[in-house]
Amino acid sequence: MSRVVQSWGRYPAISQQTVVDVSDRRQALPDIAGLMLPHGNGRSYGDSCLNEGGVLLRTRNMDRYIRFDAASGQLECEAGLLLSDILDLVVPQGWFLPVTPGTKFVTVGGAIANDVHGKNHHVTGTFGQHVLSLELLRSDGSRIVCGPQRQTEWFAATVGGLGLTGLITQATLQLRRIAGAWMSTESHRFEDLDGFFRLSERSASDHEYTVAWIDCAGKDRSLGRGIFTCANHAPACPDARPSAPGRRLGVPFSPPFSLINPLSLKAFNSLYFHRQRASVVQATTHYEPYFYPLDSIADWNRIYGPHGFMQYQCVVPPSDAKACIEHLLKTIASAGEGSFLAVLKQFGDRVSPGMLSFPRPGTTLALDFPNRGDQTLRLLETLDDIVAEAGGAVYPAKDARMAGRRFRQYFPTWEDFSHFIDPRFSSSFWRRVTE
Amino acid sequence: MHRVIIIGATSAIAEATARRYAARGARLYLIARRAQRLEDLAQDLKIRGAADVAFGTLDVNHHAAHVDAFAKAWSWLEKVDVVLIAHGTLPDQSECERSADHAVSEFNTNGTATISLMTIAATELEAQRHGVLAVISSVAGDRGRQSNYLYGAAKAAVSTFASGMRQRLAKVGVTVITIKPGFVDTPMTQHFQKGALWAKPDAIARGIVRAVDRRRSVIYLPWFWSIIMLIIRHIPEPIFKRIKL
Ligand SMILES: Cc1cc2nc3c(=O)[nH]c(=O)nc-3n(C[C@H](O)[C@H](O)[C@H](O)COP(=O)(O)OP(=O)(O)OC[C@H]3O[C@@H](n4cnc5c(N)ncnc54)[C@H](O)[C@@H]3O)c2cc1C
Ligand SMILES: NC(=O)c1ccc[n+]([C@@H]2O[C@H](COP(=O)([O-])OP(=O)(O)OC[C@H]3O[C@@H](n4cnc5c(N)ncnc54)[C@H](OP(=O)(O)O)[C@@H]3O)[C@@H](O)[C@H]2O)c1
Repeated sequence: MSRVVQSWGRYPAISQQTVVDVSDRRQALPDIAGLMLPHGNGRSYGDSCLNEGGVLLRTRNMDRYIRFDAASGQLECEAGLLLSDILDLVVPQGWFLPVTPGTKFVTVGGAIANDVHGKNHHVTGTFGQHVLSLELLRSDGSRIVCGPQRQTEWFAATVGGLGLTGLITQATLQLRRIAGAWMSTESHRFEDLDGFFRLSERSASDHEYTVAWIDCAGKDRSLGRGIFTCANHAPACPDARPSAPGRRLGVPFSPPFSLINPLSLKAFNSLYFHRQRASVVQATTHYEPYFYPLDSIADWNRIYGPHGFMQYQCVVPPSDAKACIEHLLKTIASAGEGSFLAVLKQFGDRVSPGMLSFPRPGTTLALDFPNRGDQTLRLLETLDDIVAEAGGAVYPAKDARMAGRRFRQYFPTWEDFSHFIDPRFSSSFWRRVTE
Repeated sequence: MHRVIIIGATSAIAEATARRYAARGARLYLIARRAQRLEDLAQDLKIRGAADVAFGTLDVNHHAAHVDAFAKAWSWLEKVDVVLIAHGTLPDQSECERSADHAVSEFNTNGTATISLMTIAATELEAQRHGVLAVISSVAGDRGRQSNYLYGAAKAAVSTFASGMRQRLAKVGVTVITIKPGFVDTPMTQHFQKGALWAKPDAIARGIVRAVDRRRSVIYLPWFWSIIMLIIRHIPEPIFKRIKL
């Protein structure tokens, strides 16, 4: 049956996909015509989890635990399991995800296929660097068990492999120890990009998590001001009572137009910046609001209205990172486009084995833009010019529009990678950037 | 502690229910056809918090094996709090119209086998003078509709049978619950186009566990199906026979 399945950005709208639920990791891939693509929880923004005219293998029902060793923190599970389920199981037993993206509603398979990163990239590297082994099911029925020490070339292709090398059926992860569910956080206001780089450098060695929010509605002098937060897992807090999980709010339907417009953006950004009055604030916070502030509002992506939105995430090399980020921010501000949430972070230099992994040493900037058609697309192309010129890259997991030549420039190993693609697998993204 | 037997344990609704009992630290005995699948589920449920999980294999159409299957479960659990019967198939109605053999065999899976299993479970529960027997029937059993009346007839048999058994066992402190789900997104309904009336297996599981906790008699899941079926049951036959449902 063909269906419209949307990614998180609700753009592009792609139909003509046959959706098949896979729930048994031991079964062969379904025997149906068309090119296949695994689909986890659809938290990628663009078209990398979509497959126009083809088959989507939805993995959410393939979500069993296989083995959990509470002494060593090794967890073996099926690839459709959500990170949120894993946290519910392991946090009370003193373990945490080694790397987590900004939402916990992603599957293990999706986290591997995009080799996701978190606020601790400068210390731990990417998600794929904590995968001890995984099983890949190919369309010819063969199964390849690979890892950092075994069938390493298959591992390198599959970590960050955009779901193209086959279906990941199961994986073994190495979790990291924690004393409890709490985080010690510190937020600093900064007035410009120099402030950001200074704070990043100062806190990199003694804080596992660092990230900054920047005001990108501000012009001229306020451009690049923002709030930098750094955090560590807190030592055991015996008196901190476990917080009752709050009620999840939700956006019940998509408004007929985007609620995100220049006016609401400016107001939000300004409020957010001025909300913190002191220049440094310290706090102890439960890990949920710290890591997943947006997860408490179900379907928040709907606020952008029927046309959806695009996220743009790039990384630029350390050498001229500051000038480059400034250039990007100025270009956005002068186009009159702001972003609800603009996030800035320093990546570390722990390089992932993944051939197509996005993170690399430098500074990463992520922004959301309501989809205003050509105007938005033109702006993002201008941003691409700046990023490409600097020798940076754009994150496929968030992309719905980059030109093929840009992708091939950002990921020069794409041709070597293509030999590992399963002949029966493809995605809308891959066809767009390589054909 | 909960001691639970689940028949048709590999079903999506049954698995979701088992996870909820596992989270409460229950001891679970799973019964279904595929041993490998049961082993995978048992492993998963233990990690999810079940005190212990064991399983046995059974094809429910092999009636002679029913007594033995229950005996093994009972001796492993010693005492049983909940028996959930969840197996089922969704027959191809037009195939049932073409082939009487097919119709009877599907009726047997969804009706006769369930009646046999309930009869045996009831004997054990009656002897214990304790426990809940929950059986998954369906809204389809409330009125025969041209699109799936073979399935509906088998579920109607189960609902009616459960109703009588509920009266009989109430006297000895045993509860019989008839569960009537509406449309649920499971492998059984993989080929249907899903709309607003469709529920996820976990939502049904939550309702099942709550119904068992509260010793309910007949429940529709989600609840709004009670209203839909009230209307459908009351459409006069002269009109009903002319509409498409
Ligand atoms: C609010 C929000 C915050 C985010 N923050 C971050 C962040 O901080 N860092 C970051 O890196 N990303 C972030 N992301 C992006 C997100 O983490 C990735 O897109 C992730 O891969 C989504 O996982 P998913 O399970 O939803 O997979 P999908 O989006 O459904 O699929 C992603 C890719 O994985 C493939 N895939 C899925 N399952 C399998 C499988 N079993 N076998 C093989 N391939 C598979 C798909 O084919 C596709 O190519 C964020 C997204 C949101 C919505
Ligand atoms: N899905 C719905 O919309 C819906 C609506 C109302 C009621 N129900 C009822 O809910 C119950 C659970 O169904 P589900 O939706 O969860 O479907 P499901 O996931 O397809 O499960 C059906 C289960 O029945 C088992 N089964 C079938 N024939 C069997 C046999 N001869 N012996 C042993 N086991 C057998 C199957 O075992 P195998 O794994 O070995 O095949 C499977 O585990 C059923 O009683 C169904 O009628 C479902």
